[in-house]
Amino acid sequence: MNIGKSVVIKGELSGSEDLTIEGHVEGRIDLKGNVLTIGPNGKIKAEVFAKSVVVLGEVTGNVTASEKVDIRDNGSVDGDIASPRVAIAEGAHFRGSVDMQRAGQKPQQQQQQQQQKPANAPQQGQPQQQNQQNQQQGQRVGA
Amino acid sequence: MAESTRSLTDLFGILGSRRETDAAASSDSSVTNVAEASYPTKALQKFIASLQTIEGPLLLDLGPVVGSNVTFFGEQLGCRLRVEDVAKDIDRHVKDGTLEQLPEFFSKRFTQAPGTVDGILCWDVLDYLDRPAAQALATALSRLLRPEGCLLGFFSTAEQREALYTKYVVVDENALRYRTYPASRPRQRSLLNGDIIKLFKDLRVTDSFLMKSKVREMLFRKPAPRT
Repeated sequence: MNIGKSVVIKGELSGSEDLTIEGHVEGRIDLKGNVLTIGPNGKIKAEVFAKSVVVLGEVTGNVTASEKVDIRDNGSVDGDIASPRVAIAEGAHFRGSVDMQRAGQKPQQQQQQQQQKPANAPQQGQPQQQNQQNQQQGQRVGA
Repeated sequence: MAESTRSLTDLFGILGSRRETDAAASSDSSVTNVAEASYPTKALQKFIASLQTIEGPLLLDLGPVVGSNVTFFGEQLGCRLRVEDVAKDIDRHVKDGTLEQLPEFFSKRFTQAPGTVDGILCWDVLDYLDRPAAQALATALSRLLRPEGCLLGFFSTAEQREALYTKYVVVDENALRYRTYPASRPRQRSLLNGDIIKLFKDLRVTDSFLMKSKVREMLFRKPAPRT
């Protein structure tokens, strides 16, 4: 399904199939089970809900996706993003907050670090070991 | 001894401290090398460690949006990330000729409630500000931090006449890639240690590292209120 660049919609847009928008939409977009693509000519001023959102045009408003938000090169989002996965390309514009909704889940990296942490790994409160590293990579100076 | 270590450190910095270089790098592409070079960082891992004690920490990033950083902090570390590109604010005020309004602008710039932010990635934005604007920004950021919240700031110790900003791209918690891009003004006068501490007078300096890349990495923490 495609909304062409001459189309202007004000109000609520909902559906159950993937959608590409090249026109203007103001209001609310609800495609919770589908992929929404904002084309290069698309201009959205709306709250957006979808399974996955690909942005090549402009979005002003909060974006919520159950799977992924992908802001491509020259894509623009001015609003808050809530999605478990967010990809922002070099050259994309983004202003807002990103919530990847992992509260309560222990970060993967932290788990790995705890498993791999050697007995002599530098800790806060062990300044001598820290200073040795500083001499290798940079000098720690008095604060 | 400390002085000799520092001299050696500086010498290595001059000779080049890149941790890795572009595979396609050649002797006649030094500009590209510098722009894409990867440097060790000491303060970032401590900053991250401070966030890992909190569930879903709120992180404020004052640099330009970097997709891989969003993934690193959001997906891998579970942070709620807020991107507020201060460089764009500076550019806009330079373009409009309203730099003298920056202090007032920064005092009202952030919409978050005071004491609600767990960590701030300040990067090197203060290097591009005049003293009054830097003070206004530092005061605003100090107010935003929650007690025991952490702020990571970078301060260049080398003069730079070219008008270039640096994007700090996180490679991992021990390394950053420096990626330069055009700025509307060069770095202003290098801030001395004492100047920086005065800027953040409400925070406590917990770590300070002078890196071979001639960047001083500083970690600040907001003291818990005395009971």
